[in-house]
Amino acid sequence: MISFNKVTKKFGEITALENVSFKIDKGEFVFLTGPSGAGKTTIVKILLGEYLPSSGTVEVNGEEVNKIPKRKLFLWRRKLGVIFQDYKLFSDRTVEENVSLPLLIQKKSASEIKHSVDKILSLVGLTERAKLFPPQLAGGELQRTALARALITAPEILIADEPTGNLDPQTSAEMMKLFKEINEKGTTLLMATHNKTIVDSFKTRVIELKKGQVVRDEKEGKYHKN
Amino acid sequence: MAAVLVISLSLFLIAVFFFLGVGSQSALKYFETRPQLIIYLKDEAKLQDIEMLQAKIQATGKVKEINYVSKEDALKLYKELFKDKPLLLEMVTANILPASLEISPHELSSVKDLAEELKKESIVEDFDYEEDVVSSLTEFVSALRKIGLGIAVFLLIISVLTVLVVLGMKISQRKTEIEILKLLGASSSYIRLPLYLEGIFYGLTSAFISWGLSYLAILYSTPFLINFLNGVPLFPVPVIFMLEVLGGLIVLGTIVGFLGSYFAVLRSARTMR
Repeated sequence: MISFNKVTKKFGEITALENVSFKIDKGEFVFLTGPSGAGKTTIVKILLGEYLPSSGTVEVNGEEVNKIPKRKLFLWRRKLGVIFQDYKLFSDRTVEENVSLPLLIQKKSASEIKHSVDKILSLVGLTERAKLFPPQLAGGELQRTALARALITAPEILIADEPTGNLDPQTSAEMMKLFKEINEKGTTLLMATHNKTIVDSFKTRVIELKKGQVVRDEKEGKYHKN
Repeated sequence: MAAVLVISLSLFLIAVFFFLGVGSQSALKYFETRPQLIIYLKDEAKLQDIEMLQAKIQATGKVKEINYVSKEDALKLYKELFKDKPLLLEMVTANILPASLEISPHELSSVKDLAEELKKESIVEDFDYEEDVVSSLTEFVSALRKIGLGIAVFLLIISVLTVLVVLGMKISQRKTEIEILKLLGASSSYIRLPLYLEGIFYGLTSAFISWGLSYLAILYSTPFLINFLNGVPLFPVPVIFMLEVLGGLIVLGTIVGFLGSYFAVLRSARTMR
């Protein structure tokens, strides 16, 4: 489903990724781990088409992401669900307005948007918070809003960049439970994190990066090498 | 607000130049349609001589129209002209007024030559021509067109740049928002359309403001201008003409607003994939 083939990304003299290769199958739950600056976010940005690899190819469902022309990139991004490290929510829009945004962008009908928003807010447990604005929410609620927005278009692939970075352990655990449920429904999940507790509590695939290189790819890995 | 003010002012000044241009052009046409050369005939000139002179003038091919004004006609004109001043009418009879030929040549430039030629004729007493007025007006209209066009282009460029700067600042302020929308799959048109519409809105609002201001200025100055341009039929300005001006300002404002927003978007689009 997702395939990185010898991907290198350089920013001038700095090498963010070097010869990175891995494949992720449909329905997999994969942790992308490693210290800050290891290249996790660069991988996410390459998948989103924000960055182009300096060399190598990135394929998703047989489509070369790096060859998608700029004018068609928006169509590619609509196929992905993304949760950003800083949430990237609009503080002047309510929870339901934030969540409905991807459908609004895709010019869906008002009734379809209402139905989908109600359903997804119920799934992430934010029905009661629908009319609140992001500054009025707690960290976990912000995270769940971002998750709801990422899931509203029912994407095949969900990418989460440090989704629990700003959350306390208990809220993190609740969020992870939600991610697991989503993955069990068939969504492929790639999560960049350096949260050891979370990675260790899941028996799932771990791809570890260090200084832009894949140093470990284990089917049922832990945060640190056993 | 700044963009609307600058565009309104620019469009208002352009409208003023346009009115000056159209007004001068109309005044020029008015003067051109009036007889530019008047030949005063000697009292002893016989009708036969006058007809021969008329034929001779027609034969030059330079003349569009010749009107013979007899002494009696001249008296009628005089009485009409000074009907409010009875003192000036008391002593005047047809005998003391000269008969004349009013001549409208095809080309304004031929007036002087024609006058010089006719001066030699025995029945011609004197002549009078308005070449100076018309040629001065022609030069004025020509200069006004050039200067007006130059100033209009300059003002339009300033307006486009103002929209560019204002919208450029707005885009900078909304950079994060635009980035998020792009990452969520918003198409270029989804992001750009509101900015284009905002630019066009500035232009349209300014068009209406400048039109309103220029209309008010015309209405306010109409009594003064009617007196000043005694006899030149420019006023009152027809409503249809003002609506045409509004149409022109709307088109101009829309183009200015769109171009400003287009360049603002173009400049910002280079920074993000």
